[in-house]
Amino acid sequence: MEQKIDFSVLDKAIAEFGNEEKSLIAILQRAQETYRYLPREIFPYLAEKLSIPEARIYGVATFYENFSLEAKGKFVVKVCDGTACHVRKSIPILEALRKELGLSEQKKTTDDLMFTVETVSCLGACSSAPAVMVNDEIYPTMTPDTAVALIRQLKENN
Amino acid sequence: MFKNVEELRSYRLECKKALANENKKIVICGGAGCVSKGANKVYDKLIALMQEKGVKYTVKLEKCSDDERIRVTKSGCHGFCEVGPLVRIEPQGWLYIKVTEADCEEIIDKTMAKGECIDRLCYSENGVVYKEKKEVPFYKKQTRVSLDNCDKIDATSIEEYLARDGYTAFEKALTELTSEQIVNEITESGLRGRGGGGFPTGRKWGQVARQKNFPKYVVCNGDEGDPGAFMDRSVMEDDPHRMLEGMMIAGVATGANFGYIYVRAEYPLAVARLKNAIAKAEELGLLGDNILGTNFSFHMHISRGAGAFVCGEGSALTASIEGKRGMPRVKPPRTVEHGLFDKPTVLNNVETFANVADIINKGAAWYKSIGPEKSPGTKTFALTGNIKNAGLIEVPMGTTLREVIFDIGGGMRDGGKFKAVQIGGPSGGCLTEEHLDLPLDFDSLKKAGAIIGSGGLVVMDEKTCMVEVARFFMNFTQNESCGKCVPCREGTRRMLEILERIVAGEGRDGDIELLQELGEMISDMALCGLGKTAAGPVLSTIKYFRNEYEAHIYDKKCPAGECQKLKSIVIDPELCKGCSKCSRICPVGAISGKIKEPFVIDQSKCIKCGSCVDSCAFKAIKEI
Repeated sequence: MEQKIDFSVLDKAIAEFGNEEKSLIAILQRAQETYRYLPREIFPYLAEKLSIPEARIYGVATFYENFSLEAKGKFVVKVCDGTACHVRKSIPILEALRKELGLSEQKKTTDDLMFTVETVSCLGACSSAPAVMVNDEIYPTMTPDTAVALIRQLKENN
Repeated sequence: MFKNVEELRSYRLECKKALANENKKIVICGGAGCVSKGANKVYDKLIALMQEKGVKYTVKLEKCSDDERIRVTKSGCHGFCEVGPLVRIEPQGWLYIKVTEADCEEIIDKTMAKGECIDRLCYSENGVVYKEKKEVPFYKKQTRVSLDNCDKIDATSIEEYLARDGYTAFEKALTELTSEQIVNEITESGLRGRGGGGFPTGRKWGQVARQKNFPKYVVCNGDEGDPGAFMDRSVMEDDPHRMLEGMMIAGVATGANFGYIYVRAEYPLAVARLKNAIAKAEELGLLGDNILGTNFSFHMHISRGAGAFVCGEGSALTASIEGKRGMPRVKPPRTVEHGLFDKPTVLNNVETFANVADIINKGAAWYKSIGPEKSPGTKTFALTGNIKNAGLIEVPMGTTLREVIFDIGGGMRDGGKFKAVQIGGPSGGCLTEEHLDLPLDFDSLKKAGAIIGSGGLVVMDEKTCMVEVARFFMNFTQNESCGKCVPCREGTRRMLEILERIVAGEGRDGDIELLQELGEMISDMALCGLGKTAAGPVLSTIKYFRNEYEAHIYDKKCPAGECQKLKSIVIDPELCKGCSKCSRICPVGAISGKIKEPFVIDQSKCIKCGSCVDSCAFKAIKEI
């Protein structure tokens, strides 16, 4: 699918954070938030604007967990697998969600680009373990059943 | 904007008067735990009800308050997250737990109007009802210094911070003390880095102060990445000014004019609160050029992390702020000489900075009076896992594990039996029953083969498999290894493969020894702290739970009954109706039998996928 990239998002971010190397991560974060992934077309564009090699930008983009070179779903479901959640059984929740959405460890996003299911090392919501985060909202003390119910409800509302 | 110290003082005095005027107060915990359990709904409901009933109230610290009004406010984390949403009633100091919207009317009509306590909302244990918060066992043994304000103030209001003597330490540092005096006071106090390393803070500041290379930087490490740790999150979200003040004092002490706060990506609220706090401090002229008419200037920036655990390491963190891949470099030169942008840098963790203002205000002697001589002060811990009262606590250093787990934490949840506690996250180790009376401080833990780390305490019961715990941490570390140095990159992967094999029932004779050898090798040869400590959880679980490893390897059994691949799946002949559904669903043809008679599973063929368990309509198939 050919998608046209709106570069003005990057121009605004560059104006806000400054056109220097130290602003790179902040600019990429803005891009990730806007496009929901980092389209490859932005690398040469940023390389020129920030006067740094494209390879370095690619290096940064692939180093950090939060950047994705592939499009993510509208709802990013992060199952916390931090220690506290793990010992209160987070993996069965992950498995139930994958089963519900037909996803696996390799296939993280549904074909309709609605859901991405991934794990996160710790949400810092350990007292609400096991926790699941959908976009920016945390859902406490989940079970496989309540997690599946949550997904169905999100589907219904959309 | 304040042009001089006098203006700041008189404004602070106004704030203090306003605070003293407040009488009746409802404080709702706005920490992450309570919010996820519905604290915001309780807050909204209380406001709506008061409007409906025509009860006079205010949500802000009001300068000219008539004391009839009830102050309703959202504070930061109260720590007792397990029983949230929490509501505290002032001036009585009562604590209500598990408050729902349905309780709000009674709180207004009974407690606020008549001053009556609603006993059923209070915490009770063994038939005793604890009305006052300070009497609740969870709080009784705590000493809150860096978390002192968290459960009291509205984090978005600089006025509330000022009303509680906020920025008095900065004022003192700026106008009364020399750089040397500040460094000496911190050194004298014995404050040690709370991020895990335990390096003396005063010595670090002194080293930066002596550098002649400008500009200098103060960097705050808010990349709290250890799974099972959320102490710094609380300080950043709930009392951001305390941390800013600590950083600003470090600036005065070392001659640095720029501060950077590195916050991990998973804490969006912390970023928002810090941004707001910085904006407010700039507005009042506490940050910026020529602060309070002196020649000291200080500018604060926030860098958001992008999801890399290794960025908690000093040189990786500064590389990340510079917009690079966050990979550690060889030291020396050390951060104090060549840190951020290759300039002298003070790099401390959130909690360390949160202790600074009190030390300057109350003096080194006061600080030293808390906890043991070699590790004075308090430490925050995130208490989680199979424990009754999960939450955030702060205790004097030297408190024993037993006091933390059983007195404050209330013991094991669901009647479980204590097995081990994992301390210090993926860099730390496990401690067992024999260590329960060990004092929690830097040096005692080191002797026992664990570290205090950043302060995550994950309590585990007998149903937790220690080999699986070791695999879990190794999986984490292997994922987060930055790949720069071979021992860590390759070594952690090999260790993970062995552990995966063991929990899958394919462990071999010699695996334990191989894990030990690899672990020691990585510790000796890795470049940074992540690699050096990567084997900690494996080595300590082998040390204390070697029998569990052996049971997995030789008997193909998981004593805790947790490892899926080592379970047997059996059909209960009493419950089986002989419908044959399971035999049709089994992917490997391991189930056979006659229709209307109990079926059986051939254990030699079974791959333990569990498909049959889910398929059985009579719940006759069980994992044992």
